[in-house]
Amino acid sequence: MKVLVPVKRVVDSNIKPLVKSDNSGVETDGLKMSMNPFDETAVEEAVRLKEQNIVSEIVAVSIGEAKCQDTLRTAMAMGAYRSILITSDELLEPLSIAKILQKIVEKEQPNLVLMGKQASDDDTNATGQILAGLLGWSQGTFVSKLELTSDKARVHREIDEGVQILDLTLPAVITTDLRLNEPRFASLPNIMKARKKPIETIALSDMDIKTTTRLEMLSVKEASTSREGIILNSVEELVEKLQNEAKVI
Amino acid sequence: MSESAREKMEFDVLIVGGGPSGLSAAIRLKQLAPSAQICLIEKASEIGAHIVSGAVLEPTALKELFSDWNSRGAPLETPVKKERIMYLLNDRKSIQIPIIDWMMPNMVNEGNYIISLGDFCRWLASEAEALGVEIYPGFAGSDLIIEDNQVMGVLIGDMGLDKDGKPGSNFTPGMELRAKYTIFSEGCRGSLSKKLISHYNLRKKSDPQTYGIGIKELWEIPSDLHFPGYMQHSFGWPLDDNTYGGSWLYHFGKNLVSFGFVLGLDYANPWLSPFGETQRVKMHPALKKHFKGGRRIAYGARALSEGGFQSIPKLSFPGGVLVGDAAGFLNMPKIKGTHTAMKSGMVAAEAIAEALNSAQIEPVNYQKRMQQSWVWEELYSVRNIRPSFAKFGAKLATVYTGIDSMLRGKVPWTFHHRQGDNTKLDPADMSQPVCYPKPDNKLTFDRESSVYLANIDHRDDQPIHLKLKNEAIWKTVNWDVFKSPESRYCPAAVYEVVNADVEPTLQINSQNCVHCKTCDIKDPTQNINWETPEGGSGPNYPGGM
Repeated sequence: MKVLVPVKRVVDSNIKPLVKSDNSGVETDGLKMSMNPFDETAVEEAVRLKEQNIVSEIVAVSIGEAKCQDTLRTAMAMGAYRSILITSDELLEPLSIAKILQKIVEKEQPNLVLMGKQASDDDTNATGQILAGLLGWSQGTFVSKLELTSDKARVHREIDEGVQILDLTLPAVITTDLRLNEPRFASLPNIMKARKKPIETIALSDMDIKTTTRLEMLSVKEASTSREGIILNSVEELVEKLQNEAKVI
Repeated sequence: MSESAREKMEFDVLIVGGGPSGLSAAIRLKQLAPSAQICLIEKASEIGAHIVSGAVLEPTALKELFSDWNSRGAPLETPVKKERIMYLLNDRKSIQIPIIDWMMPNMVNEGNYIISLGDFCRWLASEAEALGVEIYPGFAGSDLIIEDNQVMGVLIGDMGLDKDGKPGSNFTPGMELRAKYTIFSEGCRGSLSKKLISHYNLRKKSDPQTYGIGIKELWEIPSDLHFPGYMQHSFGWPLDDNTYGGSWLYHFGKNLVSFGFVLGLDYANPWLSPFGETQRVKMHPALKKHFKGGRRIAYGARALSEGGFQSIPKLSFPGGVLVGDAAGFLNMPKIKGTHTAMKSGMVAAEAIAEALNSAQIEPVNYQKRMQQSWVWEELYSVRNIRPSFAKFGAKLATVYTGIDSMLRGKVPWTFHHRQGDNTKLDPADMSQPVCYPKPDNKLTFDRESSVYLANIDHRDDQPIHLKLKNEAIWKTVNWDVFKSPESRYCPAAVYEVVNADVEPTLQINSQNCVHCKTCDIKDPTQNINWETPEGGSGPNYPGGM
């Protein structure tokens, strides 16, 4: 079985990015970039399935500037066999990403697309669903447990009410929840080997895909900082403060 | 895992630490021996992520490394245009010290650049990689491999250990990186360099090292108040005459201001908080106006070596060398060490390139070449300035500095550093407690919100990398005598005393650690030992820092 794993390059989740002073977006210059943690979970799951001989080939794909190569190298250091990089400097929306991935699926003919349920930067949580729709494939989203056979996937979905268990017919798009697994560390020898694994580069402009922007970002603001709390010793003190300081009662 | 089962990799030269000295060594080696296999490891998650410096770069060594540095895109965008030195008399008044070129050659910054040293290292790394150096950030050298008294390389630590040091679910064993020569470029108070200095007794003929702690904040300010190329230093208030230190403030880049405070770790008052002084000095009118309308965007701290010439240890040993601030080439009156660090890396590379062609076990020519280089001459000429502050106090030492500098250090005496900084604290009950102003969260801040801006990541479940060698000593010495100085000198609130009234206990919040190494230096009985945490842990300083 062949698995395609799309991976996104995002600001590292340990970094607290700042909003640009003109509120036009988030300042990403000079920040540490990493693989979207949800995608890391997807790569890890694919590698585990390969170790169990259920999956035979893992192909990682990333879309964006040339530096997405680093993200693909990480995927390959974890265990992906080869990579495809679609180069583009455009800011792409989920629909455009899904259209690009659809083309790659048609080219690579995987049985399964395993991808993060969302990216930790824009949190849209849409690309997997759109891709499944475009392909007319089954979809299992927010997956925290995956059992795979040659033509079926049983997925445990994390939903508001609890866990929903679904059986899907392959081919399918499965989007991963962080609970699915704990990704491995890429070891130094594997990082070295990954530097020699192949990355096929395709320019988006050569792909004949319309990437019209449909969303307009109006402004980005920092979340308002909550006021510092204090611990009071008695109800009387609270009433006193509400009356005299807050003047609400 | 038993030692024999560990994976091994071999290189011609291994470099431990991706700062300016290690990266310059890597580049010079590839220039001289293109076919040599060079591997550089760095404990930070990426190159530059643990680098803290002002920084004003004197481009001497850079010009020697790349005569065409300008066309290679080196990030030296802000030449120094105007500089001021202020003596702060009290919390309101200051006097400007005139900078007289012929009298104070070390204080003149014409021809220098205000840079982000982290960004500069990122650029050096890209140059090194283009030459074929293999660079692996995210891997920490956790121990030395010494066989037949020769350094054979380093061990990179296990990953995925749990709190008790047992393999967790994603455990990845460490491995041996072996090389004909290992260059240690860990920066000030490197954990492996410390072991090497002790194992090979490299300080036999030198003074003890004396250190400082530098705390830095990066600010973004409105463009109409930004004067790229402006730099100022202050000394005096809020420190007393016997405490060495001062502030820096540089306008550079795109609306950025680099501000920081350096404090000599030979300070005596255990109540003193380097962080508190850093916050307080910003309230002085001479500094305050520079932060108007701005926002703080990054925070970090790092110890630096201040001992200078007298404290340079023996530089080579069988199988390797110490370079950069791991050895201690900082020029204190210049307040600069990048140029000397780079030069030492380059000189080490030259000696090792020669040694690779011979069967020489110890690259002894490194020491000789350093002694013939401009670094030696430069550090010799300023050797008495830092110790004069410890000897005479700040006011008299300033006068002495003027005289010594006019004579270019050509005086028949050398002042020495007698004891380590850890021995300099006075007991708490004989010292004046210091009261720091409450943070206003606009100009001044607390440590917790500061540490937040260092983007620290230590995987929660890993073993604690800061250990007390003897836990009982904390109560009898650190608490009973000094009232827990670590809870004040740590710039990241790692050390916290809980239950102080009943049964004082030290809580170590190691996940806050910014890897500055101050505790390893200043702990009165050297009871705190800093070891490398899991590779990739620690602060993630952003670009511009």
